[in-house]
Amino acid sequence: MISLAEIFHCGYIHDGYNPGMTDKQALLSEAAFHILVALAEGDRHGYAILQEVAERTRGRMRLGPGTLYRSIQRMLEQGLIEEPRERPAAELDDERRRYYRITALGRAAARAEAGRLAALVRMARLSGLAPKQT
Amino acid sequence: MRFYSLLLHLYPSSFRAEYGGEMRAIFEERWSLATGALERLGLLLSAAADALPNALRVHAEFLGQDARYTLRVLARSPGFAAIAIAVTALGIGAATATFSILDHVLLRPLPFRDPGRLVKIWNTPLRGPGRIECSPASWRDWRERSKSFERMGAYHPLAANLVGRGDPARVSGWAVEPEFFTTLGVRPALGRLLLASDDAAGAPGAAVLSDSLWRSRFGADPAVVGAKILLDDEPFTVVGVMPREFDFPNRETEIWTATRLRKENFEDRTDAWLQGVARVKRGVTLEHARAEIQAIHAQLSREHPREDGKVGVTVNRLRDEIPRQSRTMVLALFGASLALLLIACANLANLLLARALARRKELAVRTAMGADRRRLVRQLVTESLILSGAGGALGVALAAAAVPLAASLVPLALPASGLPRVDLPILLFALALTGVTGVAFGVVPALRACSDAESRGLREGGRGGASRGTERLRAVLVIAEVTASVSLLIGSGLLLRALWRLQAVDTGFRSEGVLTMRTNLPLPRYAKTQARVQLYRRILSDVRSLQGVTDAAYATGLPMDMRGGIWGVAPAGAPEDYDSRPASMRFVTPGFFDAMGIPLRAGRDFAETDSADRPLVVVVSESLASRLWPGESALGRRIMAARKEREIVGVVTDVRVRGHEQSSEPQVYVGYQQVEDEAIIGYVPKDLVVRTTAARPAALLPGIRAAIAKADPTLPVSGVRLLSEIVDADTTPRQVQLRLLGGFAALAFLLAGLGIHGLLAFVVSQRGREIGVRMALGAQAGSILRMVLRRGGVLAAAGALLGAAIAYAGGRAIESLLAGVSPADGPTFLAAAGLAFVMTLLGSLVPALRAARLDPAQVIRTE
Repeated sequence: MISLAEIFHCGYIHDGYNPGMTDKQALLSEAAFHILVALAEGDRHGYAILQEVAERTRGRMRLGPGTLYRSIQRMLEQGLIEEPRERPAAELDDERRRYYRITALGRAAARAEAGRLAALVRMARLSGLAPKQT
Repeated sequence: MRFYSLLLHLYPSSFRAEYGGEMRAIFEERWSLATGALERLGLLLSAAADALPNALRVHAEFLGQDARYTLRVLARSPGFAAIAIAVTALGIGAATATFSILDHVLLRPLPFRDPGRLVKIWNTPLRGPGRIECSPASWRDWRERSKSFERMGAYHPLAANLVGRGDPARVSGWAVEPEFFTTLGVRPALGRLLLASDDAAGAPGAAVLSDSLWRSRFGADPAVVGAKILLDDEPFTVVGVMPREFDFPNRETEIWTATRLRKENFEDRTDAWLQGVARVKRGVTLEHARAEIQAIHAQLSREHPREDGKVGVTVNRLRDEIPRQSRTMVLALFGASLALLLIACANLANLLLARALARRKELAVRTAMGADRRRLVRQLVTESLILSGAGGALGVALAAAAVPLAASLVPLALPASGLPRVDLPILLFALALTGVTGVAFGVVPALRACSDAESRGLREGGRGGASRGTERLRAVLVIAEVTASVSLLIGSGLLLRALWRLQAVDTGFRSEGVLTMRTNLPLPRYAKTQARVQLYRRILSDVRSLQGVTDAAYATGLPMDMRGGIWGVAPAGAPEDYDSRPASMRFVTPGFFDAMGIPLRAGRDFAETDSADRPLVVVVSESLASRLWPGESALGRRIMAARKEREIVGVVTDVRVRGHEQSSEPQVYVGYQQVEDEAIIGYVPKDLVVRTTAARPAALLPGIRAAIAKADPTLPVSGVRLLSEIVDADTTPRQVQLRLLGGFAALAFLLAGLGIHGLLAFVVSQRGREIGVRMALGAQAGSILRMVLRRGGVLAAAGALLGAAIAYAGGRAIESLLAGVSPADGPTFLAAAGLAFVMTLLGSLVPALRAARLDPAQVIRTE
């Protein structure tokens, strides 16, 4: 299993504000971040991930199947997500589909990325480039 | 839906197998939700826009992963990597080097505008093959009467003493008609080309410089145009400089001047010294042009039966002007390098097979962990591509270093410019070769390894029992290696025998201890015979008095250096339609035969008393004497030679004027004093021959230069060579070819031996258990030894037989290079068979001994 540090090429993962981290490039690709967010609430199959992402972003982020599965393939290799052995409850299960589940590493990565983004927004607010929190 | 399935094929197959179904399902859902043609069109477009970049990135990611994995794996076994890369580098390097020569000599379009329409027009002998220069009158008539040609330009060689900047120097070039340049369609780099006004009889001299002369003598001065120079004491103006890549008609050309033919040049139709290049009109075929010239020539033959009627005429494509031998030589070398490449590839495949087998456990574990088979194959092929890529890069470097060494294989008269180089087209060829090598010879081992891993990998773990299929495949590869190496051995053996045979040919003269050089005699200062006689006498008497010099003489050209100069010779008083004998005619000073070591058979040498006012005399070679007067003495007979009736006073042995391989015309030697002023001026003796007893003939050079400078300080000395070098140069292309081919054969031999060794070592290690059981059951070490040796022997015998058959066929194809050695030459085949036997024995011995020394108890226990 690859460690989170290896994925992000940075030695220190922090939930909160970490000034050093804002210098780094995005920890996850936008697609990977969206996929992790979509999986945070429960296992989903590919098409459900696409729908979830589209819904959350009000249609602004429309992933194509190529981008989706290329990301999934990489994220599986990196251990950010996995394919659960057990299937969902029978009434929810679509037998033709393969389901994906976020791993602990995936959660940590998504949290770290969210923290990085939050830090950026905070900085932007301080300089008046982003609206104050209401 | 078919559209989306097609798009899915952009992805790597293992990715498609994993996710293709789901992706198609998503597309189907979206498709079913889409309403209206516009929305569906949008969906198709977005699907394509989604698939293209993502497929590329998946490929790149896989490639990156595989490459990183490969580098890690190879770093763990550097020995394997080094051998695989070296073997591939040798194969690809040899093929690339020979291809660059082949491409240069045979394939690449000539560096002229629309080169396919360029032809040369030659006279031909009525009997037998060959080409003869034409007379100015014939050329003029061809031009005036033909309609097939857009332009025609004639030219003839020229050598002159150049006085301009720096010391006087000897330059060689061509006097050309102005249409020579426009026919070829070239432009000058500086200044202008020659114009019709430059070519009028009596026009002031105009010269165009070659790039190399411009750089070496004029310091690449851009203001050279307009400079005044002297060529053989005659004033010329430099009007232009040609670009670097232009060196027509040959690589040694330094200067072009106009022909400025005079009226009298057109009088004697047998005085033939022009070559001609022409551009066929668009839409006119070569055959049509040739037929037209032949029809015109038939007309001319009726008008001038005694001149034009004595020769034929032909039109050849400029590209086909390469001597047939050069063509065969280059093709043979390329074929040999392909054989070497095949061996290298077979070796690479064998190495990969052996290695894949050793890694069976690793592959089996990866398969068991769910790695897709296609993904594994892809990874293994990436590995072989990385190996072949590294080998290819190294091979190209080897080729770039080796190509200049083979430059003598490029015929001097090749109308292409310069020498072969490893340039872009050659690099592309090497790249293609590398790719094919990596894929073709990587895929099969990869497929085998993966199917082995799937079918039995984990079950059998790392234990023996290799797939028999793999073993068979490797045996076939070894047979192919032996076949190719034996055929290369035989091929180089045949060429070696041919070279020996040629080098043993009696040249008719003794070349050891003879120094030669050329002193050009500028006209008109030396147009008078008596002026030359004075000069020769002064130089020769001073040279002869030097310590260690036994003889010295002047002559028109040296054998194997000047090959032409052929005149008709007939007995005096022969009827006018007598078919005169062709003979090579030379003017010589007394002492020439002694200096050259040409034995006198009858009569006497020339003497200083054979002066212009004495009876005209000649010396002829034995073959001429016996052809004209078979069984009788030729002494005292009179012949027509050099336009006069002369008496034969001596008979000498024949000399190989045309070199070791071609038959030569008989020789006629004329005394240097017995020629009229300004007559036959092209045959003025310029070559000085000095025979010496000195251990280092070159040590005499300062003394000889001083003697020449004392006689005339303006005479440049050029072309200093030992006579033995001239003789040696005659077989140089052969020697170079043989060295290359011999090198290929030696490498092939080594690789095939390694191949046998590798296979048997593999068999012994895989069958250790079987051997152990046999020994436990009472088999003697000797019989195990024999069993392994037999296996090597069978493979080698099969390969040697096939190789001999291929070599025989190859020998037939290069028969023109074999100088009479039979393509089924017994000693060569026997020697190759002997070498193959030694190779097999050496390759098999170590594995066989290892097998015989196995301890059965231990083998069975560890199993």
